Amino acid sequence: MIDIRKLKELVRLMVENDLVELDIRDEQEQVTVKRPNSAAVPLIAHHPMVHAPHAVLAAPAAATAPSPSSAGGSGSADAGLVPIECPMVGTFYQSPGPDKPPFVSVGSPVGPDTVVCLVEAMKIFNEIKAGVSGTVERVVVKSGEAVEFGQALFMVRPG
Amino acid sequence: MFKRILIANRGEIALRVIRAAKELGIGTVCVYSTADRDGPWLEHADQKVCIGPPPAKDSYLRIDRIIAAAEITHADAIHPGYGFLSENAHFAEVCRDCHIQFIGPSPEAMSQLGDKVNCKRLAKRTGTPVFPGTDGAIEEVDEAVRVAHEIGFPVIVKASAGGGGRGMRIARDESQLREGIETAQREALAAFGNGAVYVEKFLEHARHFEVQTLGDNHGNAVHLFERDCSSQRRHQKLVEEAPAPGVDPEKRRRVCESAAALIRAAKYCGAATCEFLMDREQNFYMLEVNTRVQVEHPVTEMITGVDIVKTMIRAAAGETLPFTQDEISAKGHAIECRINAEDPDRGFMPQAGLIERWSAPSGPGIRLDSHARAGYRIPPNYDSMIGKLIVHGASRDAAIAKMKDALKAFEIGPIKTTIPLHLKLMDHPDFRNATFDIHFVERWLKK
Repeated sequence: MIDIRKLKELVRLMVENDLVELDIRDEQEQVTVKRPNSAAVPLIAHHPMVHAPHAVLAAPAAATAPSPSSAGGSGSADAGLVPIECPMVGTFYQSPGPDKPPFVSVGSPVGPDTVVCLVEAMKIFNEIKAGVSGTVERVVVKSGEAVEFGQALFMVRPG
Repeated sequence: MFKRILIANRGEIALRVIRAAKELGIGTVCVYSTADRDGPWLEHADQKVCIGPPPAKDSYLRIDRIIAAAEITHADAIHPGYGFLSENAHFAEVCRDCHIQFIGPSPEAMSQLGDKVNCKRLAKRTGTPVFPGTDGAIEEVDEAVRVAHEIGFPVIVKASAGGGGRGMRIARDESQLREGIETAQREALAAFGNGAVYVEKFLEHARHFEVQTLGDNHGNAVHLFERDCSSQRRHQKLVEEAPAPGVDPEKRRRVCESAAALIRAAKYCGAATCEFLMDREQNFYMLEVNTRVQVEHPVTEMITGVDIVKTMIRAAAGETLPFTQDEISAKGHAIECRINAEDPDRGFMPQAGLIERWSAPSGPGIRLDSHARAGYRIPPNYDSMIGKLIVHGASRDAAIAKMKDALKAFEIGPIKTTIPLHLKLMDHPDFRNATFDIHFVERWLKK
């Protein structure tokens, strides 16, 4: 297993230099760190060179890069969960209308293209897609609340 | 008056606007990119909204996100600072469409003064001195001679298709001009297959002279005198001062008043700067108008006592300028040094990274406009200016002495800054005697 301190250092370097992907390898191991966009929490893929299948781990927000999404992460409770982060600035709506059921709620399965909420900005309602596969474990933001770029909206257990 | 101002900028100018807003009892919202998450200025704002990743095009230049941030925080005005969207007429128009007051000119006034042709046309009407020259290529040598006599020698003959110094000749009298045109045409024809040339006024030793102006929405416009910004490197100002040393009072009064007349004619609200070049005979030639607050506005504030940023905000809120031209006077001399995180010994290499040591100068007449402090990590994504050190003294000599003392007391590390360069510059004979021009710093650095 790769040294967690080394990993933290790599993540820090990536955030500082606004790198999207970092791939480091030697005889023993290979580490790929990817960030879907600069504000998002890095996804870390660690490939021991002997084992073929590679695990995609999502580090909890608080443990890796400090981000505005840390408001949604309580550390250990979110271990293994991936945030769906807000790609814009606006007002969060969990359902398509006042009397309509929410797009997703706790327990809902999601795929990358599942619409999970609306964010209104400049009178335009923008559909936000999950971007990951798994199950919604927690809804972080209340409907009608203001959200900023990079803020965690939902926590998803990947699967 | 506004309830809440959103600041669409970062760093020291964001902090400057926050301070002005607080003095006026207005709430503040700062937008920021993820690279500026730990920006110390954000602590001074009432609210902050992250609007995107580090590249400016995805954050500080995103009009939609900035407007959305104003909407969710119920900001009723936006101050654009300088750079980024500050001179973007489309942004000013979007603000207006969204019923958010843009703190600056109307999109119409901004477009008119921002466009060189329109601006020059208006300037000719208001008697603001512009750059003379021929408008098109010259066919006949006699025609070129006539124009040259009209605009005055020396002139420069340039190839219409030119570039890289080829086809260019400087002429100091008529015989040089006749000879120069022939050579220039021959060279231009050989180099570009096109022998067309034109004639323009040539300024050998120009100084950068700019006039600070303020206007309101009630037809008033005043000037706050001038600044000299001749110490430049690669068109970036290093040192600015006010007043401009050694300028004839009558010529100074005329050019300053012509700048105020120009922005009055443009129905301009807010702060604008008319930039001129000044030749050795102290003739002025307008370069352009900056339709925003300038980096170097503090030197003007120091000599006039006028708070330019607060006045911009009040004018945008519909107030009348709180003073007339007669009520504005200048006192003493002010100098500003831009402190950049660059290593002057290594080709001005930018110095992103952690500031471990930061000990700032203080004392009477010393002002530091900076967002930095010990523990601040300078992100690599934006410009390298980490502060502006401004001093005010009774005379120019007193101000230079004070600046030297303040620069010596300013300790920043381990990153390198332009402080040692400024110290040497303050002792440069051409700076001390004000015998400088806009190229003197580059000539000096080459040695």
